[in-house]
Parts: sequence; C-alpha cells; structure tokens
Amino acid sequence: MKQQIGIMVILGILIAFLFAFKKGVFTSPGGIYDDLEVPETVDYNFHIKPILSDNCYTCHGPDANKRKAGLRLDLEETAFLELKQRPGEYALVPGKPGESLLYHHITTDDLEELMPPPDSKLALNSYEKKLIHRWIRQGAKFERHWAFLPPLKKEVPRFETTDWAQNEIDAFILRKLREKELLPSERASFETLIRRMSLDLTGLPPRLDQVQRLMENPPNKILSEAIDLFLAAPAYGERMTQSWLDLARYADSHGYQDDSYRTMWPWRDWVIHAFNQNVPYDDFLTWQLAGDLLPNATKEQVLATGFNRNHPITQEGGVIQEEYRTNYVMDRTNTLGKGILGLTLECARCHDHKYDAISQKNYFELFAFFNQVDEKGLQMDAVQAANEKFYADPPYLELTSVETKGVLSFVNLNGQNSVKVMVMNDAAPRETMLLNRGNYDEPTDTVQANTPASIHAFPDTFPKNRLGLAKWVTDANNPLTARVFVNRLWGMLFGRGLVETMEDFGVQGSLPTHPELLDWLAVDFMENGWDIKYLLKKIMLSATYQQKSELRDDLKRVDPENKLLARAPRFRMSGEMIRDYILASSGLLSTTIGGPSVKPYQPAGLWEETNAGGNRGILTTYVPDSGENLYRRSLYTFWKRTLPPPSMTIFDAPTRDFCEVRRQKTNTPLQALALQNDVQVLEAARVLAQNTIADKEKHSDLVARIFSRILIRSPKEEELSTLHNYYQDALTSYKSQPEEAQRLVAVGEYEQLPVDPIQTAALMLTAQVIYNLDETITKE
Amino acid sequence: MEENRKTKENPLKVNRRHFFSQLSVGIGSLALGSLLIPDLFNGTTKGSPVTRLGVPHFAPKAKRVIYLFQAGAPSQFETFDHKPTLRKRMGEDLPESVRKGQRLTGMTAEQENFPLMPPAVRFQQYGNNGTWISDFFPHIGKIADEICVIRSMHTEAINHDPAITFFQTGSQISGRPSMGSWMSYGLGNENKNLPSFVVLTSRGKGNSQGLYSKLWSSGFLDSKHQGVLLRSGKDPVLYLNDPEGLSRSDKRHLLDHVSALNKLHHVETGDDEIESRIAQYEMAYRMQMSVPDVMDISKEPESIIKLYGEDCQVPGTYAANALQARRLAENGVRFIQLYHQGWDQHGNLHNEMAGQAKDVDQASAALIIDLKQRGMLEDTLVVWGGEFGRTNYCQGKFDPMNYGRDHHPRAFSIWMAGGGIQPGINYGQTDEFGYNIVENPVHINDFHATMMHLLGLDHEQLTYKYQGRRFRLTDVAGDVVKDILV
Repeated sequence: MKQQIGIMVILGILIAFLFAFKKGVFTSPGGIYDDLEVPETVDYNFHIKPILSDNCYTCHGPDANKRKAGLRLDLEETAFLELKQRPGEYALVPGKPGESLLYHHITTDDLEELMPPPDSKLALNSYEKKLIHRWIRQGAKFERHWAFLPPLKKEVPRFETTDWAQNEIDAFILRKLREKELLPSERASFETLIRRMSLDLTGLPPRLDQVQRLMENPPNKILSEAIDLFLAAPAYGERMTQSWLDLARYADSHGYQDDSYRTMWPWRDWVIHAFNQNVPYDDFLTWQLAGDLLPNATKEQVLATGFNRNHPITQEGGVIQEEYRTNYVMDRTNTLGKGILGLTLECARCHDHKYDAISQKNYFELFAFFNQVDEKGLQMDAVQAANEKFYADPPYLELTSVETKGVLSFVNLNGQNSVKVMVMNDAAPRETMLLNRGNYDEPTDTVQANTPASIHAFPDTFPKNRLGLAKWVTDANNPLTARVFVNRLWGMLFGRGLVETMEDFGVQGSLPTHPELLDWLAVDFMENGWDIKYLLKKIMLSATYQQKSELRDDLKRVDPENKLLARAPRFRMSGEMIRDYILASSGLLSTTIGGPSVKPYQPAGLWEETNAGGNRGILTTYVPDSGENLYRRSLYTFWKRTLPPPSMTIFDAPTRDFCEVRRQKTNTPLQALALQNDVQVLEAARVLAQNTIADKEKHSDLVARIFSRILIRSPKEEELSTLHNYYQDALTSYKSQPEEAQRLVAVGEYEQLPVDPIQTAALMLTAQVIYNLDETITKE
Repeated sequence: MEENRKTKENPLKVNRRHFFSQLSVGIGSLALGSLLIPDLFNGTTKGSPVTRLGVPHFAPKAKRVIYLFQAGAPSQFETFDHKPTLRKRMGEDLPESVRKGQRLTGMTAEQENFPLMPPAVRFQQYGNNGTWISDFFPHIGKIADEICVIRSMHTEAINHDPAITFFQTGSQISGRPSMGSWMSYGLGNENKNLPSFVVLTSRGKGNSQGLYSKLWSSGFLDSKHQGVLLRSGKDPVLYLNDPEGLSRSDKRHLLDHVSALNKLHHVETGDDEIESRIAQYEMAYRMQMSVPDVMDISKEPESIIKLYGEDCQVPGTYAANALQARRLAENGVRFIQLYHQGWDQHGNLHNEMAGQAKDVDQASAALIIDLKQRGMLEDTLVVWGGEFGRTNYCQGKFDPMNYGRDHHPRAFSIWMAGGGIQPGINYGQTDEFGYNIVENPVHINDFHATMMHLLGLDHEQLTYKYQGRRFRLTDVAGDVVKDILV
C-alpha cells in the first residue's frame, strides 16, 4: 500500500512536472519578466511594434504571399478590421483587451490557439503580454514607424543645476541620466582628450610636439584648437575615407573566381579629397549616386560615380552575363539601402519585406534607377585581361596625366600616363521587370523607377533617374538620410550608434537610445548645410564626448554597455588604425596621399595557396613592395577581395564583397599573435628603439621616452619601474648572447642605424611590450 | 565573455536554449580529452570560457566533422554514378525530353548539339551492396562497406562561385556564415588551445578555380567562429612564430610584463575587456605550442605513413592534410575542412581526373580506415564531394579521345561516412543518362539539415538574428534525410 502511494506521488509529481514543462514554466525564467514594471504610458513605436514585428509580422505583416488568416497587423487600416474567418470578431478592439482576439491568442493555454504558434519557436514573455494588455486598454494607438517620420528639433531640455553640460547634446544625455539617477563622468585629462580627438579625426596618434603646442593655449581653448588642428590635417580625409571604403565595398580586385586587378583607386583619391574639402554630405552623395547626370558634369563629378562600380564583377568563364549583371544592379540597390538609407532593402529582393513596409515592387522600382548602365560584365577572362592590361570594365573614365596636373590634382597617378576608372552612365535604357524570387530569368511585371512612398513620396518635379533619386535621398524631407549619417558618425566616435543597428533603421532594427538627440542632431546637420566638419566639432565639444572613459562601479552595474553614456566609451581600434598608430609612433609612417594601392609585408604564400593557377590574372602571387610603400597608411594597402590583408581581417575588417557599415570588435588570440609577430610591428619597434638611442640631443630616460612617444602620456611610477626591470633583464639576457640580439634587430628592410645591437634589442622588446598593451590599441 | 555580453545586451530575449545552456555548461562538450589539452578541466576559464552556447539540442551521433571538399566539382560519371547507357549512345545528342530546358553556362550555350560522352573510365562493384565505383578510386572501393554514396545531390547554381558559396553557407548570396562557423557557434569549442574550425588547402594538377577566405568566414556570427587556415610550412597559423632572436623563455618574460602592465591598467579603468585580452594572450602563447605539436607527424608510425601514402610526408599535399585532419579531430577540433583544388574538367577529362583521383583516393580511404581503427569513426562524420555535377555531354566538339564536361546542377554524387551514417549503402538514383534524379533527391539544404542532425542540432532551432531576421544554415528549407541514418 505504502509503495503504491509512493508510486502515485511520484507519478503525480511527474505529471505536474510535465504539465509545468508544457506550460513553459521552465522555458522562460519568468521572474525576470514578472519583475519588470510596465510603463505608465505605453508607446507603440518603442514598446509594442518591436513585439509585433518580431513575433507576428512573419505571418501577419507586409508580405502578402505569406499572410495568414487575412490578418495584417503592421498597418492601422487593417489591424482593426473584422476578421474574415471570424465574422463579428476583431483582432484589436481599442480599450478592450478582453474583446481583442490578439490578446486572447497570446495568452491562451490552448496550444492549438496559442500565438505565436509553438512550432515557430517564438513565445511572448509575461512582460510583453502585460505591455500589450495596457496598450490595448489605452486605445491601441498606432503610429508610423519612428524612422519614417521626419526628424524634428524638439526643445532642448533645460537644467538649472548643472555646470557639466556644454552644449545641446549634453542636455539630452543628462535628462536620461537623471531619470536613472546617474551622474555623468567628469572631463578626461587634456592628454587623453587630445589623443582621443586625434584618433577620431585623423586615425593617428597626435605627435608629442603637437600636444605640447596645444597645451600652450589657455585651458578653455585647448580642445577647440585641437579639433581645428586635426580637422585641417590631410590625414582627416584619409581617416574619413577609411570608414567610407567598407560602405562603398572598395577593393583593388574584381572578386569572384580569378579575382584579378582593377583600377578604382582614383575614385578613392577623390573621396579623400572630398572629405578634406569638406564637401557637404548631400553633394557628396549626389556626386557619387549621379555625378554623371549633373548639368555640365565635370570629370570630378563623373569620377565620383565610381562608387557604384566598386561591387565585385565576375571573370569566371561561362557565366550567364545577365545573371551577373542583375546581381550588380542589386548590389547597388542594396548598398543604397544599407549604407545610405539604413534599410535592409535586400530582404525585398525575393519577396515583400517581412517587417518593413517595402514591397518587392518597391525594391525593383529602386533597382530600376541603377539598371540603365551600359555595362556588359567583364569582356575578358583574367588571363586575357592581364595580357591586354584591361583593368576597367566599360563604362569607364580615362584620366590623363595632363588632367591630374590640373583640375584633378588630387589623383596621384604615381608616374603613369593615364588610368581608367569604372564609372556610371545611363546609356543603356532598359525596361525593368519585377523578378520573381529575385531570379534574373523569371521576369514578371514591368515597373518604373520610383522610391517607396512609405518612406517619402517621390516629388513629381524630380527627374525619374539617378539624379532624381539623389535629390530624393538628400531631400530635407527624407526622414532617413541625415539620421543615418549622423548616427554613423556618432558610432564612429562612440563605438556604437544612438541606433545600434547602424545599417537597419527599419522596424526590426534597434530603437534609438536617445531618439530626440538623434533627431536634433539630424535636423541641426541639415540646417547647417550638411557640414560634416561642423557636426564632428559639435559632438566633440560636448561634455558627453569629453568624459572620462573609466568604468565606474555604479555604471558597470546599472549600464554595463554604456547605452546611457554616463562615461566615454573605451574600445579597441580597427586593424587599420592599429597599424597606422604603430607606424606613426615609430616614425616610419609615410605621409604621401593617394595613388595605386601598395603591398606592404604579408606572410608569404597566401595568395599563391588559394589562387586558381599561377597564370590566372596578375594577382596570383604576392610580391611585397619595398621602400616607402611598406609604410603607407593602411587605407592604401592593396585589397584583394578573396584574400584581404590578414593583418586587417584578423581585426574584423570585412572582405568588401558587399556594403558593410559596422565592424565587430572581437578580442582573439590571433590578434595577440599578429601584434607580437608581424614583421610590420617588430620593425617599427626596432626603428623606434634605434632612433631613440641615436637621438643624442636628449639624454633622458630611453624607456620613458618610448613610452610617451607611443602612449602620448608620461608613465606612472609603477609602469616605469616595471618597464625598466624588463629592459634591464633584456639587456642582461642579450649581453650573454649578442648573436641573438643581432638576429632580432635584423627584422625589416628599413635602414639599420649604427647603434649598439644589444641595447637596440632590449629597447626594441621594451617597445614591443608597450605596443602589445591594451591601452595602446584602445581609444580611451 | 562574448555570450555574456550578448545576454546582457537584451535581457528580455533570453531564449530557451540559451537559458538551458547557462545551467549546464557543456558537459557533453567536455567529454573528449587529449594530451594536448592538459588544463581543460582545471584551468581557469575566466575570460576565455569554453563556449556556452555549445550544447547540442539532443543526443548527437557525431561530435565532429571532417569535410573533404573536392573544389571545382568532380564528374559523377567518372566517380560514383555508373551510366553504361552513355557508352552505348556515345555521340548521340542529349534528347530534349531529358534536358527539359535546363539552363546552360556561357561555355556551352552556343553549342549546337550536346553529344553524349561515355565514362572515361571503367567501373566495378565493391562491397556487400555492390556499390559501383570507378577504377580511378580503387582505395575508396575497398572501403565501400563503410560509406554511404549519395547519387542524388542537386543544387541551383551553375557557376563555381555561387555553387561553392551555397555549399559552404547554405545560400548563393555572399555574406552568410560558413557551415563550420555554424557548428562552432552551435557546439562550441572542445579544445581551448585550438580553434574550433580549421581549414586546410591543397591543389592537384587539374584545371582549378580559386578559393576565397569568405568560404570559411563566420559572416555575421562572432569572428571567433571563423575558420582558421592551417598552412603547411613553418608558420601553420599566421604570425604563430616568434621572431628570430627571441627565445621561448624570453618570450614568456615579455608576456609577463605585458600582463603586469595590463593588470595595472585594468585596475585603473575597471574595464574587464582587459582581462579578456590578457586571457587571449595566454591562449596565443599556448597555441604556439599546441599547433606545431598537432601538426608534427614525425611520431606517426611507418604503418600510418604507408596507409595514407608516401605523399602524406610532403606538407601541403592532400594526403598530408588528410592525416592532419585525423590529428586535429583527435585533439578536439569541431569542424575540419579540407579543400582540394583542380576538379574543373572542361577538357582533358581522362588525364586530369586520373591525376586528381590519384591525389585523393588513397588518403581519403586511409582516413576512414584510420578513424575506424581508433574507434573514432562512429562519432566523426566524414564527407567527400564537390559543389555540383558535370554534364553527360561534351563541352565543345565531339572528340572521344579528348573531351571535357561542363557544369551540371541537377544531379551529382557525394559520399558520407561515420558519425551516424549507415555504412555500405547507396542512396538516390539518376536516370539512365545520369542527368535527372529519379529517386530520393537530396538538396544542399537537406544535406546541411542532416549533417546538423547528426551533430545533435535541430537545423530550424539554431538561428542567429541579424538585421532583424533569424538566419539559419538551411535558410528556409531542408529536411533531414532519415533514410541514411543508422
């Protein structure tokens, strides 16, 4: 009997357990959600739409072909309609959650009725359900998607009790901090800030003499002088261009199978020039999208359209040209979306967008703008192209040395007579068809060039060509362009945009952490003539930007990701910036601007191991350059798409096969190996050591000198003693084995100075210790 | 570290798998030990934990994959799909009733007719099931009872780049993570001194197509899941070797000072990312030992060298890579991918196929035998195959003495072995022309779903949200091919 009861109890527990399991008791740690407080007023865009979009739109959203039960929840016009399959019933009844079938379906225990259906592997948590309940009770109000509403300058919050804030930006930041009862951080030291500003604006560390001279200003002038100094440096254009190259999928090779050579670098030289001239962003875009269509277009304006010929082009024998030509047009369309509008347009290539109000028809209407180019794909395979020096697929622009000595002086021909650059034209008018599933060989209905009205209707007065598209993109009423760019610049400085998904402002993208600040900046940017330098200076003069980056304990707990910006960010630099930093601090960096891309040190054999055969094109073997070309800035490093420079990809650079606007910031052992053993780094350490030893004018502490040379600050006592100990140990070690010192300092081809190899070796390794510090490769 | 950060990022989106994985820190994934990973169980994992996502969805059959990718697409008619009809009807035009409007590549689009070409080699039957295998592959013939030959693979791409991208990432569109990256993401790392996804390349003398680093890219997944190219020669991992004139002990001394200064700075800044960097430097230091150790075959006995063939002592050959693959598998690498280039036989088919087959036949078979004798075949999935098939007609003029075959997407052959695959079976059939599949088609998505299933992963569950969409290796399709499972 006892046994039976025991069995019954166990069975009972098991059944209860199974029931609980089925109910999802174990599948969501309910506690987390139960404790979250539902806001007093529920906001559709910020609270409700993310839930609906993520969980419901796949079947009840914009995609007409996949819609179930005739219910469409992303539009106000359809969400309140009587349900076709349940006459007299409604998904949403304003004010009445109990009568709203939507609420019933997300809360029911009946697995047959539960939404989202269990097999979708999606489920709402208790917090989300409560939000929806309150939203319906408060009237189930819809709003247009926040990013599709034109940005407005709302009133800047006022605070009487702060002397922290320095400009409008800080007011918006401070308001959020006060809501969370957090204090901002105080201003970082001038040394830190000058280094930070120099890295942000030039991609290089400041020189010590620059820092010294800046510090001679009155304290209230130091920072604005620093900003002006760096904005005026030619290196500013290079730094800005570096980030544009990922977006523009720039490369020195065609990509695909043979991946042979192309000459797009004069376009890159133009970008540097444009940034340095501070061409307003609306013109900057217009020239790149449609420079060729401007009245009396100059060669410079046509050159700018190379932007849309940077995509990969296949040289594979036997491809169906139309298949690839279609891909190229899609690439341009997708780049417009991801890079300029912050939209994942490519989702609508095969079907209506699942989340955003962009139909497949919208996609091909945009596609039509880029579909008029007189292009045929590459005319020859890699072998032929190499023989005939055919590095640009028509249409192209030929630049001669006569022109580059004149109006196009920013193009560095490097001794060549002329160069051809691929550019855009509209010389092959084509009818554009909607392609079923995005397949080139399944055309259906004819479409006309147009832009999605859900974002901003195309004004009748604009021409229906790329120039009209450019006007639409840069129209003051376009809700996206300025926001997206302001956000990208913010992301460049802070490591994360106000909208984290810098490439996606659609409904599935992240919401802005500070929507009113983003809008204020976007409007302010447009009001000030799309002036990029103005915008940068505005942000950098804010107290927000100038804060310390230390992670206070309270912030680590409350805001570990620093979304509220109660401190400045602290993050690892890009691979390019790290390499440039090391070259600059060692004194090796070349200041030459532009020209054909160069081939610095790279581990031997990489191209050879993966090419398609030794004779296939001219990029089958990697032959490093010598002399100055080894020390050019990293944006000039030769970019072969199928095997980009490893010292960049190890630090998260993309392949440039397509537009990319956000890089990861990983921390891996391969990065540690690269910094320790790359010839480029070792040689820089050696040259820095030799120069420091040879500099007879200064007899101060060698170790302290290389420290401040690299880190742009004086070492602290403990740091200095640690490094001294190391230096002495290394000296002792190499004194007992001088031949090892000789071998170590032999690294790199840069001229050896006649200084003691033992001392050089020890100081070189000390420099290596410093180059490998977290602080060195981090913007603080 | 990374995973923790992601969870914090979005506390409202703790999914079920993640929740469970936090409770049970990959017990299954710790099961395999090795001499090369001494500190796996007692080492401090702060900063570089054994990845936490790494828990299968259900009991796996396979713990790891060795993928022997034959890049360029070997012809099914000279490997595993025996079609005597092609010999009988040599020179006849491929009937339109068979071709059914299949699109052609630019290389044969202008061709007026499509003369059927016979297999360039004889076939024999092997094993208990009488599996047909061409005479180019006598060694694989001998392991016929261990492998499952699938003759009904199909794809949509007809050019190398999209086709190989499709096989690697489940999509023809560039930018998705490679399958090895997905496995690393889903199952984590078994050995924290080695990467979880490793790539080895070799090249035959046949007409070849280039390889690209995007094929082993982690796409939008964290770059720690990226395939690491292990190279033959003195620097197997990029930048692995210390510079000349710096001894191992001096290197240790240098690193200790880097760490000491980093620790000081950690205290000042409070940034735990610095701790993580210190840990990465330590792992790099350990890799400098573990990678050369695993690559060093000098202690392999003569019998093993004989098994794989003398070539395995020549670094950079397919045979050397196959042996390397076994050693990496023993040491807990999750996904080992070999690429052998040179299978693009548009012409000179007989000679080139013979050469390519000679490169890979013995070593591929040796790998199966070797894994089996170590008891590892049962939990190691081995796959052999290319990116599409080849046409049954010749490219260019009809010339029985020297011909080639163009690309064909509708049917081709691969084989799989071990890791829960039924040994010694044949699956799927093509018509007598070897052109269309008549029984049990297996799409690339199905193949991926099956591979994931064997590893204990539900292909519909392993997703990653990027740009608002949940991506899968199998995109929106794929069915597990249950018939070939044990």
